[in-house]
Amino acid sequence: MKFIVCVKQVPETNDLKFDPNANRVLKEGVSTIINPFDQFALEEAIKIRQEEDEIIAISIGDAETKSTLMRCLALGADKGILLDDDNFQDSDTFATSNILATAINKIGEYDIIFCGNSSFDTGSSQVGPELAAKLNIPQITYAENVENVENGKIKVKAQTDEGYSIIESELPLVITGIPPSSFQPRIPPLPKILAARKKPYDVWCMEDIEGEKSKYGSVGSLIKIIKLYKPPKREEGIILTDDPNTSVEKLMELLSKDKVI
Amino acid sequence: MDYKDIWVFVEIKNAEIRGVTFELLGKAKELTKNSDEKVCVVILGKDCSRFCESLSNYDIDKIYLCNNEILGDYLTETYSLILVELIRKYLPNIILFPATKIGRDLAPRVAATLETGLTADCIDLKVQDGNLVQTRSVYGGNYLVDIICPDKRPQITSVRPNVMERSEPTEKNQPDIIKFPVDIDPNKLKTKIIDKIETTVIDVKPIDEADIIVSGGRGIGSKENFKIIEDLAKVLNAAVGASRASVDAGWVSKSCQVGQSGTVVCPNIYIACGISGTTQHLVGMKSSKKIIAINKDPNAPIFEVCDYGIVGDFKVIVPLLTEAFRKKLSKD
Repeated sequence: MKFIVCVKQVPETNDLKFDPNANRVLKEGVSTIINPFDQFALEEAIKIRQEEDEIIAISIGDAETKSTLMRCLALGADKGILLDDDNFQDSDTFATSNILATAINKIGEYDIIFCGNSSFDTGSSQVGPELAAKLNIPQITYAENVENVENGKIKVKAQTDEGYSIIESELPLVITGIPPSSFQPRIPPLPKILAARKKPYDVWCMEDIEGEKSKYGSVGSLIKIIKLYKPPKREEGIILTDDPNTSVEKLMELLSKDKVI
Repeated sequence: MDYKDIWVFVEIKNAEIRGVTFELLGKAKELTKNSDEKVCVVILGKDCSRFCESLSNYDIDKIYLCNNEILGDYLTETYSLILVELIRKYLPNIILFPATKIGRDLAPRVAATLETGLTADCIDLKVQDGNLVQTRSVYGGNYLVDIICPDKRPQITSVRPNVMERSEPTEKNQPDIIKFPVDIDPNKLKTKIIDKIETTVIDVKPIDEADIIVSGGRGIGSKENFKIIEDLAKVLNAAVGASRASVDAGWVSKSCQVGQSGTVVCPNIYIACGISGTTQHLVGMKSSKKIIAINKDPNAPIFEVCDYGIVGDFKVIVPLLTEAFRKKLSKD
């Protein structure tokens, strides 16, 4: 079987400076990581793979995104594909899923597409379902565990507001993964990091995926950010450090005075 | 084509309309003020005709009713199929989904199929120059963005529970009920639910809809000690929340988890006990209207976001608070 894992490189911290005139945050010089939920999705693919299966990690970005794909290869992916083209810049989720759908169609046959349920930075949780819609295949979101894959069908344990559902789906499909609280991201050992450099790695531009310019970047985006700004600052809190009885008494007075309770 | 009206997606949970639906109705009503757009609702489910009665005193113009056995359980495949047909036929201008797990699964599927824009998890909405201005939080709550979808219709949004003002019932009116035929061959479906595991207690409010949340973190120390948190929650009629560390330790169920890999909440009051305030937890609760923190470490990051803080041992402080609230609330 062929698994495709879509990964996003995100800033290591969300404490970023911004350019109010351009409505964008400044990421230059900020170190980056693989989006943690995407790493979880990759680990699920690695968990269920059989010897003969192939895992392709795919990401949209620029030369700097190579480090994230190399991390995927070191963790256990077999091949990395970077989608890098000026026309891909400034894509919203709709245009992003267009790029991924075109590239995945170019890859050809596949069985399971894994994505993280949301990204650490912008966190809209849209790309996975939008990709599934464009490929016209089923989606399972909030997936916490792939139970098994048998006879062309997959069983997935997914979070719901009530608890969990076990959903069965035909292949191919898109799964968006959310890590259970026990999940700890692995750091690959040095030999694996070195071995990753020998694995197949491709860089595809728009021509390589036979894409249409009008579907990507700001031209292909449907939403427009008209303003990016800091949320209003919270007033500084009142911290009580007296003995417990006095602190609780003071707190109750404050809550009454401020009409909180 | 003429896109018109605001639709609210009605989420059904445990055979009842979820509270967030009324928050969406409240916002929809506000957005249609000073315009000739109408507020309509969409109900998908089984045995759901009965909800028409309970919705009839919310000043709704139309109810689109998709009533069929096959819609009894939420499934992306069936729900998106029907909704897309419905939207293509009746052309709404704006659709509001709740930003619950269902809403956040369904809205992007529907939006992408219709090739229109979507903004997820909004905390504010207004209409400006004919566009819906949708505000959402990004970069772990460090920034807000205002987003529009200038060229495509409908404009689709999911709205975070607990941030919009609820619509209050008014006099009864008679909304038009449009029964939409549901024609799905179950044998052609590619997905099905084969089991459901309920981990939440049915009577307990989901944390994303609770007015008050009392939360416990690593500092609580044991499952037994969580009883102290639950006692305070009971007195305040609050939901019990938890940091990831307490869920990891197995003291409380996953559905209590507040934070980036749990649920993002914004109750009126959030009481954090023994929670130091990791970034991943703060992202999940810092937009709460009032935050009270109890922690023995005066340097804990939670004190930087709280409105009121007590430095001290929760084992001493929380029972005192429980008692103080019990007295106060019995007096009022």
